Amino acid sequence: MRMAETTTIGAINFALAEAMRGDERVIVLGEDVAEGGPFTATAGLAEEFGVSRVINTPISEAAITGVAIGAAQAGLRPVLEIMYVDFLTLALDQLANAAAKAHFMSGGQLTVPLVVRTQGGAGHRGAAQHSQSLESWLTHVPGLKVVMPSRAVDAAGLLASAIADPNPVVFVECKTLYFRKEQVPDELPAVPIGEAAVLREGRDVTIVALSRLVHDALGAAERLAAEDGIEAEVIDPRTLVPLDLETIVASVERTTRLVVAHEAVTHGGAGAEVAALVQEAAFDHLDAPVARVGAPFAPVPFSAQLEDSYLPGVDEIVAAVRGLR
Amino acid sequence: MGTLDGGQAARLLSVMWSIRLFEERVGQLTRAGEVDGLIHLSIGQEGVAAGVCAQLRDDDHVYSGHRAHGHALAKGASPERVMAELMGRDTGLCRGLGGSMHLVDAEHGFMGATGVVGGNVPLALGSALASRLGGSDAVAVVFFGDGAVQAGHFVETVNLAALWALPLVLVCENNGYAEFTPRSAHTVVERVSDVVAPYGIERATVDGNDVSEVWEAFARFLAAARAGGGPFLLECLTHRVRGHYEGDPGRYREALAEAEWREKDPILRLERQGRAAGWFDEEALGGIAAAAADGVESAVRFARESPFPPAELTGQMVYADG
Repeated sequence: MRMAETTTIGAINFALAEAMRGDERVIVLGEDVAEGGPFTATAGLAEEFGVSRVINTPISEAAITGVAIGAAQAGLRPVLEIMYVDFLTLALDQLANAAAKAHFMSGGQLTVPLVVRTQGGAGHRGAAQHSQSLESWLTHVPGLKVVMPSRAVDAAGLLASAIADPNPVVFVECKTLYFRKEQVPDELPAVPIGEAAVLREGRDVTIVALSRLVHDALGAAERLAAEDGIEAEVIDPRTLVPLDLETIVASVERTTRLVVAHEAVTHGGAGAEVAALVQEAAFDHLDAPVARVGAPFAPVPFSAQLEDSYLPGVDEIVAAVRGLR
Repeated sequence: MGTLDGGQAARLLSVMWSIRLFEERVGQLTRAGEVDGLIHLSIGQEGVAAGVCAQLRDDDHVYSGHRAHGHALAKGASPERVMAELMGRDTGLCRGLGGSMHLVDAEHGFMGATGVVGGNVPLALGSALASRLGGSDAVAVVFFGDGAVQAGHFVETVNLAALWALPLVLVCENNGYAEFTPRSAHTVVERVSDVVAPYGIERATVDGNDVSEVWEAFARFLAAARAGGGPFLLECLTHRVRGHYEGDPGRYREALAEAEWREKDPILRLERQGRAAGWFDEEALGGIAAAAADGVESAVRFARESPFPPAELTGQMVYADG
């Protein structure tokens, strides 16, 4: 297989352009998208597809989300960019009250084939309002799908699946992974929504990690193998709703131990749901309580030293695995 | 289009009577416990729904708010299926999953009501955007009350609509009250048309209880929007006869005297206008009202005879297949 180097942002840009080439109902809108946006996700799209399909919007998250929902209900396939997940707060009424419920409340008459691309995560000294991980808010709303890619090789396929999906999908990217270089096949694979990826096989413990923490989990697994002789299996769910519980449970049934890791605040995080679901499905297989790795119950601090100590990473995952009894 | 003629007036009268009698019956059924939930009736405001929706095609999308029964009926929704929805039946427009505040009739372009005040204003702009991009001359219309105008998403949408010059007609039913509170206690801007003035949106304020005024003003905006213009704002000054919701104790305002209401009532006004113009005689008027009454009773029968939805429906409808 021929390989090429790309980045997550490159894969996203590629997937957007491909979707727009393949279906004229696909439009992109958001703040600064015609200029490529602050992370270059939409670079070149306005030049290729024109500003009638790559639409710059004012800083009006509530209205632009509503416009995208209305356009989706009227037959378009909008991909809306909310520049930071922190600003998704301003769009939550439309997402939770309109997009998530339209198919349901209309008795199936309406569909909302909408993708909301956004990005979260800390580690860039962005302080408390540009660094959050808020995916668990979204997973609590029936009717939304929530996708969280960790690798370039998945990002394009997942975004294509999200655009093709008849339901509203929130696609949560990670800013600190955007420019991570990755070798990918020339032909990026299709990735269905709702299918986890087992990125490392192991017999001793299962680590379910999200987004940036997937890479830390892989790093932790290498260290555990070298220093402790522990072989960790690393699973990236890739999609939080729907969650591929089957793959996770099958792994835990073999390894009998589970660590769940994400950058979001541990309390009420998506990992809590994974832990609860696994103990419901596989309690008799567990040889230790499920351990969770996440951020402390505090906003993301600004100061570099404070932020670095706030963020969970390889050390915290290694410690959690070593702490399993 | 333009000014009203006798045939159009008869049709409008029929729509208004259908809404009036439907709403009165829903009020009774609510008190009798046959209709559940939070019910907001539009008695007194029928002239706006009729004057606007009677001029629209099925591919013109209409959005509404929480006081939506009249808009859905005027846009072509079957009274049977609206009543069945209010009674939570499987034959309801939304199979009993939506109820009064979430009526949708996609087939007739009634794209939805909402319980979030002003929440559907941007969605209607999304319809207008889709219409423009698809090369259609379909026009989007959104009904909202004066209470919605103080919400952030309203002003955000007005800005966008003006910026993008999309074929949207914003129709405000200004009944003077946002829930229990008069407009004067919520804002210093008396007229909604003044709120949008800085955006350069073409706008008009009309007597919403005079259906011919509503018709004429909307006809002008609709023709311009079809021809590629927009957006427009039509403010209809009107009167909500019932409370904010059924069961509202109504202590915040005085009821209109009967004689004063007879002057304002959009149905009686159109009847007077039609008699004077020679459009209808007493027999024709009686026939229109009687047909509307039959329609409502047939809707009640249909709803009562309809089954409730199966329990598994809740879990089946969360996501669309695909």
